[in-house]
Amino acid sequence: MNTVEKYHAIKVDTNKCMGCTHCMKSCPTEAIRIRGGVAKINPDRCVDCGNCLRACPVDAFYVNHDGLEQLKNYKYRVVLFSSVMIGQFPEIYSEGKIYEALKKLGFTHIYEVEQPIGLLITKIKDNVEQLKNKPAISSFCPAIVRLIQSRYPSLVENIIPVKAPHDLAACYAIGNLAKEGISREEIGIFYVSPCSAKMAAVKRPLGETKSIVDGLINMKDLYNNIMRVISKKEEGDTSDLRKNLTRDGIVWSLPRGESRQFRRKSMAVDGIHNVVKILERMENEEVPELDFLELKSCHQGCAGGILLTGNRFLTVERLQKRSNRYKSVAKLGVLAENCDGIKDKLKAYPIQPNYVFSLDTDRVKALAKLQKVDRILCQLPGIDCGSCGSPNCHALAEDMVQGDAKMTDCIFLQNRYLNEKKITIEKATKNLEKAWGKNRFDADCNKKGGRNVGF
Amino acid sequence: MNLNFEIASGDFSKAGRASSHIKKVLKQLQVEPKVIKRIVVAIYEAEVNVVAHSVGGTLSAVIDEIGIQVELKDNGPGIEDIEKAMKKGYSTASKKVRDMGFGAGMGLPNIKKNTDELSIKSKVGEGTTVTFRTNF
Repeated sequence: MNTVEKYHAIKVDTNKCMGCTHCMKSCPTEAIRIRGGVAKINPDRCVDCGNCLRACPVDAFYVNHDGLEQLKNYKYRVVLFSSVMIGQFPEIYSEGKIYEALKKLGFTHIYEVEQPIGLLITKIKDNVEQLKNKPAISSFCPAIVRLIQSRYPSLVENIIPVKAPHDLAACYAIGNLAKEGISREEIGIFYVSPCSAKMAAVKRPLGETKSIVDGLINMKDLYNNIMRVISKKEEGDTSDLRKNLTRDGIVWSLPRGESRQFRRKSMAVDGIHNVVKILERMENEEVPELDFLELKSCHQGCAGGILLTGNRFLTVERLQKRSNRYKSVAKLGVLAENCDGIKDKLKAYPIQPNYVFSLDTDRVKALAKLQKVDRILCQLPGIDCGSCGSPNCHALAEDMVQGDAKMTDCIFLQNRYLNEKKITIEKATKNLEKAWGKNRFDADCNKKGGRNVGF
Repeated sequence: MNLNFEIASGDFSKAGRASSHIKKVLKQLQVEPKVIKRIVVAIYEAEVNVVAHSVGGTLSAVIDEIGIQVELKDNGPGIEDIEKAMKKGYSTASKKVRDMGFGAGMGLPNIKKNTDELSIKSKVGEGTTVTFRTNF
């Protein structure tokens, strides 16, 4: 198990959270419970996929990030971002205008992370060939890697141990600046993240204590900043900064962006709930022989990243159009510049399974707990309403055997106990308030959740 | 603990229910991933066998701290020649079943490969009982 404490990008603003059940129901790892009227994330289970952010009607979830003020601490300021960022702007803002806006915001060097993608493709292909366990699963999406570690430990060995494009781009940028005689200390590397999962992965890469980047920027935040300074007409020519960008790079983070490199013996799945279904089948060996499996947590890949502003389908459309204007890796060659040394840095640290779903490390105890869960389930109504603060009846039963909930947390059981005169009304009300907060059941429009208009 | 499942004949969409449920249980017991995989593959194959070949049956699994014991019972038609059925690639599956991607004649050999003990008892016209055990 990791000695490094698990870092999470997603936090709950308990003042904003009104304690509904949307996030809890959408979490693919059942990591959220409602306690005291607010959402609580179990850090061991959370994979930072961001589904809770998407589901929240009051924006109570937020991601930690560094503001642009940090730029002033460095002489040279490098911005790294995925091509999807360009794709979310309306057509009138050309890539040139966006690059110019980034310079206005104070960045001295601009890199789309997919520039040296040719290197990554070669490295991944080498790894796929060597990997004993097929299909080789892409390690591109950090939420998927974490999901496999916890829910599908038997598939950990299928993950390709190669670092992500941002690692590659950071090395590439540092290398290029070194050629200009600039030392690492003078450079501030800022990564613009399209999602919470990449934020967590960049901030605390697996098995490493220090991140390669100096600052993390929320893509939504940067979008607003760019819109503030972007000009109506293009003033200069920034195309030289994109000379290593390829068609393959631009679509890399979109569905089939990776798997298209492997032609027919590959498959691509997007959306974490779809990924769960395919991984279940993979564990049963129900998936046909494949070399490469691309799995992305968000629908439409990173174009659907939770920190994007643009509509995911429009973003995909625009990126595809944009990619047609660029040469393919095959035509351009791996890189126009010499980049020795980067290739060796692409090997990722080994990925370990993380048994967070085990009921107990002692098998005899785990078995006893499992039997207890079974007995409790007979008592519960099986409605999966979430009124207890757990996502469904089964999860509540598990919480009970782990000492984190009790029978009277179920409102239907409580009703039965009231009828049987086993508990008093006062006690029952107190129980409900424990999960949902005080005064939650008053007739008051201004109470927490009082004006929940739903969707 | 005991887990019991009904398996209906001919409904391939439901093949995999028992194996998925048992898989979840084994993960909660923190059984080694490789062992879970062997068990799940064996159970899935056995489920498909009942769906594809029999008139329907039951699956019961007994899990203790040492391992899992699985028994599948169906009510017919029974296996004529068990030795032949154990051979890789031997299949009596209909074209319809094969067209669905099943019936490649790997079922029983695959179960044998993935279990520690396997016993098959069958009587034509009456039914088949497949029992296997895998230790954690």
